[in-house]
Amino acid sequence: MSFIYRFASPATFYPLAGALVPWFFGVAAALALIGLYIGLVAAPTDFQQGEAYRIIYIHVPAAWMSMFIYVIMAVYGVLFLSLNTRLSAMMMSALAPTGAMFTFVALWTGALWGRPTWGAYWVWDARLTSELILLFLYLGFMALQAAIEDTRRADRACALLAIVGVVNVPIIYFSVKWWNTLHQGASVSLTAAPSMARIMLTGMLIMALAAWMYSIGATLLRVRAIIVEREAGSEWLRRHVGGRA
Amino acid sequence: MMDWLAMGGYAGYVWGSYGVTLAVIVGELILLGRRRRRALERACSELEAIDGD
Repeated sequence: MSFIYRFASPATFYPLAGALVPWFFGVAAALALIGLYIGLVAAPTDFQQGEAYRIIYIHVPAAWMSMFIYVIMAVYGVLFLSLNTRLSAMMMSALAPTGAMFTFVALWTGALWGRPTWGAYWVWDARLTSELILLFLYLGFMALQAAIEDTRRADRACALLAIVGVVNVPIIYFSVKWWNTLHQGASVSLTAAPSMARIMLTGMLIMALAAWMYSIGATLLRVRAIIVEREAGSEWLRRHVGGRA
Repeated sequence: MMDWLAMGGYAGYVWGSYGVTLAVIVGELILLGRRRRRALERACSELEAIDGD
């Protein structure tokens, strides 16, 4: 347990995160290159949708990330409220902009995919609407953080918002089962064999892994900036920053 | 090559998706760099203020 607490201290985590960032970005870039090659060049044309289906290689990984990141934010929210660890609150805040970015990408690519396949950029379907609410939750989280001057109170309010808002994630995920949606059901699930060709699935999973690595890299980079913002003036940061001044 | 770029007539949709995704990722990284620089500058100026006392 003492091991966890040691790394839960910003002073220990700051240099550790800094050392890890280039690795996560490097792996993300390598995976993205492989995934893009499979998705845009190697994988065959879809017999129903033609080349338009190639949007799947960013749409699905982005949509998965948008949901995962929110769940992780809620977990950090619970950790912060129960253990009162400062770093949990910083991680929660560091995740939000990346989550919002992926939610926007999921919606944008979905619109550009919907137009040629459904004939509309947007429909008020359960899947699309709940994903749009997810974007508003992310934006609301960031706005709430910025609106409250006192950092500790802002963190508490944001943790509550993250925890309450997480109810939307299963709604997004199961929306295609619970309601009749224009959006198709899951092509990949834990319980059934995937309903897509192996090479397409491989490309999509590699892109999803790249999105994971990118998200971890971006979050670690942002949490480092947040640590500097919040711990400015502390003795340990003096030693780090002092060398750069 | 031209065939590939044309994406079977769906070029606008496919490249519109990939292009905007790339743009927002680059945008996020630029904002991240700026946030980090600003935080460090502020921390440094606070240090100077302390040292100046």
